[in-house]
Amino acid sequence: MSAPSVEKGIQAIKAQIDAPVASFFSACVHCGLCAEACLFYTETGDPKYTPINKVEPMRRIWEKEYTLFGKAKAAFGMSKAVDEETFAEWETLVYDGCSLCGRCSLVCPVGNDISGMIRKIREGFAAAGHAPEGLIGASTRAVEIGSPMGVKLPAVQAQIKHLRKNTGLDVPIDAKGAEYLVLLSSMEIMNFPEYLEAIARIMYQAGKTWTIASKAFEATNSGVQIGVSDIAKLLVSRVVDAADELGVKTVISPECGHAFTAIRWDGANLIGREYGFEVKHILEVLDEFVSQGLIKTEGKEDAKLTYHDPCQIARKGGVVKQPRNLLNKIATNFVEMEDGGVMNWCCSGGGGVSANERADELKLTAFNRKKSQLQALGVDTLVTACANCRLTLEEGLEENEMDLPVVGLTEMLAEYLVEEKPIEEAKEEA
Amino acid sequence: MDANELLSWARGPGFDIALTIFVAGMLLRLLEILALGKKPDLSPPRGSGPKGGAATIMTRMLPRKQVFDKEPLRIINGYVLHIGFFIVLFLYGPHIVLFESFLGFGWPALPSGVIDAVGAITIVSLVAALVLRLNNKVLRFLSSRDDYVAWVVTLLPVLTGYLAYNHLVAPYTMMLALHLLSVELLLVVAPFTKLTHMFSFAMARWYQGYQAGRRGVES
Repeated sequence: MSAPSVEKGIQAIKAQIDAPVASFFSACVHCGLCAEACLFYTETGDPKYTPINKVEPMRRIWEKEYTLFGKAKAAFGMSKAVDEETFAEWETLVYDGCSLCGRCSLVCPVGNDISGMIRKIREGFAAAGHAPEGLIGASTRAVEIGSPMGVKLPAVQAQIKHLRKNTGLDVPIDAKGAEYLVLLSSMEIMNFPEYLEAIARIMYQAGKTWTIASKAFEATNSGVQIGVSDIAKLLVSRVVDAADELGVKTVISPECGHAFTAIRWDGANLIGREYGFEVKHILEVLDEFVSQGLIKTEGKEDAKLTYHDPCQIARKGGVVKQPRNLLNKIATNFVEMEDGGVMNWCCSGGGGVSANERADELKLTAFNRKKSQLQALGVDTLVTACANCRLTLEEGLEENEMDLPVVGLTEMLAEYLVEEKPIEEAKEEA
Repeated sequence: MDANELLSWARGPGFDIALTIFVAGMLLRLLEILALGKKPDLSPPRGSGPKGGAATIMTRMLPRKQVFDKEPLRIINGYVLHIGFFIVLFLYGPHIVLFESFLGFGWPALPSGVIDAVGAITIVSLVAALVLRLNNKVLRFLSSRDDYVAWVVTLLPVLTGYLAYNHLVAPYTMMLALHLLSVELLLVVAPFTKLTHMFSFAMARWYQGYQAGRRGVES
């Protein structure tokens, strides 16, 4: 890749401006309501975090390049330029001060998809050399090693070996013709091995064939977070190629928010063709299994618990009722958080914020929103379905000396799974 | 130029020029948007884009509870301002006569007394909008010259109309001429300010709603 420059940044932003973006800028009346929806504004009180302000450089470029009036203004020296200083000033707003949660887009009275524009403007910041170190590192590792956290296949194999010893179940690798290709996030490999074990047990009881791909076990996509479509495309291609090669029917996105957005919505557009397989979030699959009677649960959790909706899965992914169906099956005291569901507040670490060490302090300030939500509820357990939310929540809770366990919904479901099929069979099969 | 001459200029050539700039300017702005196009979405759909787009055009007429609870005053004032403006513009008898001359059909008017009251409420609401803008740190931060220009050119027609109707400040003919001129100012300026939202709001809602509908997510 050639050296980044302001000119490249501007070109990259120009390339992102389409009719929807132009309509959004034309429709904005500066009502400021988006600020009230943004946890980076509500928790800091600093108006610079007003969502629409985060895309101001894009507005300037749109006006100057794509409107006659803007061109005239520029000719008379009446428009504000986008230069090195602009990129330097807005960099922290675009990356540190936005988790791409999409709450602003839902409250805008004129219907502007502001968070969609922030995702787009990041392309320009990356091209101009104004992406944060943390995200550059994660993207580089994802491209070179295969995972943003530097996890390699042997780590997955070690986990599988451990799992086999624990449960007697096998995890197929590169099994051709399997129905499902299961993807993982690095965090699940490194921090939450419970996830893979839960999948193995559930798939076995459901009688489904599944596999992990040695060339594409990683679901996360740093390219989408940093805003470099070429990298995003490369990472998605790995999954698409593996799914095609193995001939699976469905690819399952793990308990990770942005991975779902990357593979479910962005992927086909990045590679420029439609998929030959379906993509589902693990919660969609689990809800199907339960409603089709493929798996049964027994007993219920009595602790008072709530569910944190990961933004990319609920608000932007449309997976809202499934986790509630599942929780009501296995919990007696499930309570909704205020604004739960489509309007839930972000954990504060989404959209690449948690991978950007520079943003740590701001992230903790933004976490105060979740903290007060949880304090108001007084629950004993917090359930979620995104490893990144989970880690962000755990860190935030610890920092605030709040003793509250955070669990993944898949592993919680597996805890109450009826294991009708004896595991011994698996050993023989394997 | 005396008041009569001014009025006849404002009624004749002035109005034609302003209307031409308004129509041409707005069409240009809308074409500039559409000309940018939009890549087809290749992701497997979960729902209907057009249905989502149409639904969002309607649903965004109402605020979400989460944001209403935080800024009830600003939101209510927004309704008063818009509805008030529409009532005095479209339901005042003499205005309807004017529309009829262009469109070939008319509609029932509200009694002038009601229009008078709504006009007064709209003026108060516009002043309140400015006060709220100046007293809120986010709005002060976001506001540019455009916001204040748009405010002035929106206020003037309502204000001069109110003054003309009530025979205040200046003689009726003069005030009526000023009223027409202020309408012309609004028409000329609108395509080059945020007042473009009078049309582009529907496009913006459509685009976000279309994507949301296709994805089967709420919008």
